[in-house]
Amino acid sequence: MDFLSHYDLLGAFWTTVQLTFWSAIGALVWGIVLAGMRVSPVWLMRAFATAYVNVVRNTPLTLLIVGSSLGLYQALGVSLTTDTTTSALDITNFRLSVLAFVLYTGTFVSEAVRSGINTVPVGQAEAARALGLGFMQTLTIVVLPQALRSVVAPLASVLIALTKNTTIASAIGVAEASLLMKEMLENEGQAGLLVFTVFALGFVILTLPIGLILGWLSKKVAVKR
Amino acid sequence: MSGAPSVLYDAPGPKARARNAVYTVVFLVALAAVAWVVFSALNDKGQFTAKMWSPFLQGDTWTEYLIPGLGTTLLAALLAIVIALPLGAVFGIARLSEHAWIRVPAGVVVELCRAIPVLMLMLFANFFYVWYTDIDSDIRPLFAVVTGLVLYNGSVLAEVFRAGISSLPRGQSEAAYALGLRKVQTMLTILLPQAVTVMLPAIVSQLVVVVKDTALGSTILSFSDLLSNYRILPANFGNTIPTLIVIGLIYVVVNWIVTRLAAMLEQRLSRRGRTAVRPTATVPATELPVADPL
Repeated sequence: MDFLSHYDLLGAFWTTVQLTFWSAIGALVWGIVLAGMRVSPVWLMRAFATAYVNVVRNTPLTLLIVGSSLGLYQALGVSLTTDTTTSALDITNFRLSVLAFVLYTGTFVSEAVRSGINTVPVGQAEAARALGLGFMQTLTIVVLPQALRSVVAPLASVLIALTKNTTIASAIGVAEASLLMKEMLENEGQAGLLVFTVFALGFVILTLPIGLILGWLSKKVAVKR
Repeated sequence: MSGAPSVLYDAPGPKARARNAVYTVVFLVALAAVAWVVFSALNDKGQFTAKMWSPFLQGDTWTEYLIPGLGTTLLAALLAIVIALPLGAVFGIARLSEHAWIRVPAGVVVELCRAIPVLMLMLFANFFYVWYTDIDSDIRPLFAVVTGLVLYNGSVLAEVFRAGISSLPRGQSEAAYALGLRKVQTMLTILLPQAVTVMLPAIVSQLVVVVKDTALGSTILSFSDLLSNYRILPANFGNTIPTLIVIGLIYVVVNWIVTRLAAMLEQRLSRRGRTAVRPTATVPATELPVADPL
């Protein structure tokens, strides 16, 4: 057991949490914007959002992560940081992977929000229009608040999937949990099962509260109809 | 949403049409600006020269690298779904068992496999095969990838089956019992066939998740699938970005075909409408489990 203390387990999981946190915020914003575009009266926005969602959702996340590092950073020189110390590469890789997670997860958030918009009774939007509200007002004041309350549960499963997906950042060397697990499996082969159990437990500890808390929240905020 | 164009806005009058036209133009300009920035960034680095793209016009780039890679990807995906389907059915049924000693362990296994990232399952499977089996190192990545995919997707499919079976009207099993069928007979001949029919679209779209997840193996297990060409082709031609774009397009096309297939199945099934099953009558579509989008 004592070899576990030779590794920065908490640090690795802290990186996982940070990746999840920033990606979740970005994906939520980007997903809502995409959903708004998909129901907007401007056909070009609808066409763009639909095309974007269908293309990105069908691309492997691994490809986006690898592309953000090899394509954006190494081939095009987009580095996302002005830091020039030795940790610049780590910071860049972290931010690039967050970018990829946001672009990818945003499509799933947008699909969830759009299905939430469909659950809002037609009468709500009709009443809003009858009061003379425009599209943006109808969407942001009347429809979206109700839609978001009904999609807490689907968004929770997107968030859990995102938490697990952050392991893919190891493909470009972000020092999160799965990269450490790979290293430990290589160094501590005889205790492989223990290593796996520790990391599996770590993810259960991370994802279980998300499911429980958001499950409770979804019942609490659900619109009673 | 129903009615003319959308309930969120009125059919546009002359003013709204003019305003929408302005928004369209503004958005078009913004898109064009972004496209221009991307284009000029790519152009500055010489990404549009013929040298970068000509490898994709040569037959052997496709026959030597891309098509075998795609074949490996599809092989792994098919193996994974073929093994995961019966496994998922078994665990899904086990979770509905009346015996706690079957129900609880099955539940624990399913929930655990769903909580652990697929990448970690693959890493551990690879480690397991290295230490405890003598599988050839050439084929080991395929074994590890398929094992990881089976564990994860089996557990997701178990939930799909469970939800499908529980969404059936109670009268189905009651009628079966009244006819004197045993529990196993009821499950296998009455409930499971109907549940599969209901959940078929969900099962097919899980294939998209599987195809995308096969790509996990190429980065850290040196699995030689379609994505792994991102290392091989640029090493020969120095064309990282064109290669990534082409590989991405192949994935999109494959997954688009699978998605269309799922939609067609769904339409056929809803048109057929002679099954006793009306899952939407008892369970609203939003409460059916959506497989975790990985």
